Amino acid sequence: MRIASALLGLMLYTIANAAPPLASTLRIDHAWVRWLPAGLPAAGYVVIHNEGNAPQRLASIDSPDYARVMLHRSVQKKGVEEMQMVDGLDIPAHGTTTLAPGGYHLMLMQPVHAVKPGDIVRLQLHFADGEILRANLRVRPANAGS
Amino acid sequence: MTHFLHRLLFFGLLILTACSQTAHWRLNDVSGHLPDLQFTLTSDSGRPVTAADFRGKFVVMYFGYTHCPDVCPLTLAHLHSVMQKLGNVADEIRILFVSVDPARDTPAILRQYVTAFDPNVTGLTGTPAQIAVIAKRYRVVFNPDAPHSGDDYEVSHSSGIYIFDRAGHARLLATSADTVDAITHDLKLLTGGGP
Repeated sequence: MRIASALLGLMLYTIANAAPPLASTLRIDHAWVRWLPAGLPAAGYVVIHNEGNAPQRLASIDSPDYARVMLHRSVQKKGVEEMQMVDGLDIPAHGTTTLAPGGYHLMLMQPVHAVKPGDIVRLQLHFADGEILRANLRVRPANAGS
Repeated sequence: MTHFLHRLLFFGLLILTACSQTAHWRLNDVSGHLPDLQFTLTSDSGRPVTAADFRGKFVVMYFGYTHCPDVCPLTLAHLHSVMQKLGNVADEIRILFVSVDPARDTPAILRQYVTAFDPNVTGLTGTPAQIAVIAKRYRVVFNPDAPHSGDDYEVSHSSGIYIFDRAGHARLLATSADTVDAITHDLKLLTGGGP
């Protein structure tokens, strides 16, 4: 009986911790965070490649290192800079979507621990079809070139 | 008549410049079109400062706020690259980062923010009225979004980079779209006495 319950426990544990199916056609590179002091919101950047035959849509992002991660876009209208919230981001089949300074970016808010240049920020990118892509972003100094 | 004379002068200068084959500004020449540097604000060390404190230096002024993680850091990182390319000339230049979000940008936060980019940047903040005065003077528009939740809001703001000479006269206007090379080129020219 004790063995049976231990086995059941192990099975439940395994199910609970089973990784969701890993995205097989998605790949990221150029992943980095521009460090800012004092726990200020920081921007994260990635380039997402979709090597599959179907378009993909980035639906949400979370991180064990930040309380909140949002998808934003900087736009310039008649010489005025604005930040817009973005619901999702499409990555075309056999295409690439770039999040880079001055355009689409991830807004990383409320770090749960101190983050400094050289650190790695972990992200989970959730796609509309249920796929989850894990990404490690290198934290670069505030004045890093793009 | 005055208008005609202005145009004549303008085209005359244009021809003169074209003939002499001297270097051209790559940024917008705003000499005589924008007011001299003038403000009363609080520096990132907490002291009251005015434009007179920066006379004798070339001044590069940019409006932004610390809760701006993308475009403001991009612009400040570009200006850091410019300063590195300028070498010793950088000592004659002061970059002023003027907050359009005085409610959140205390001198202490501003200081941490600007020193992360370059030692030649001074952060400036002030009362909402003081910020409104300098913004109006340089036709800078800014508008905080309706706060989503408490302290969490964005501020849209003009992206101009205003460049003044040692006497505080407005000389050049760049935008965040201008390249590091263009800004470096013109600052080298300006600090060396102009084209």
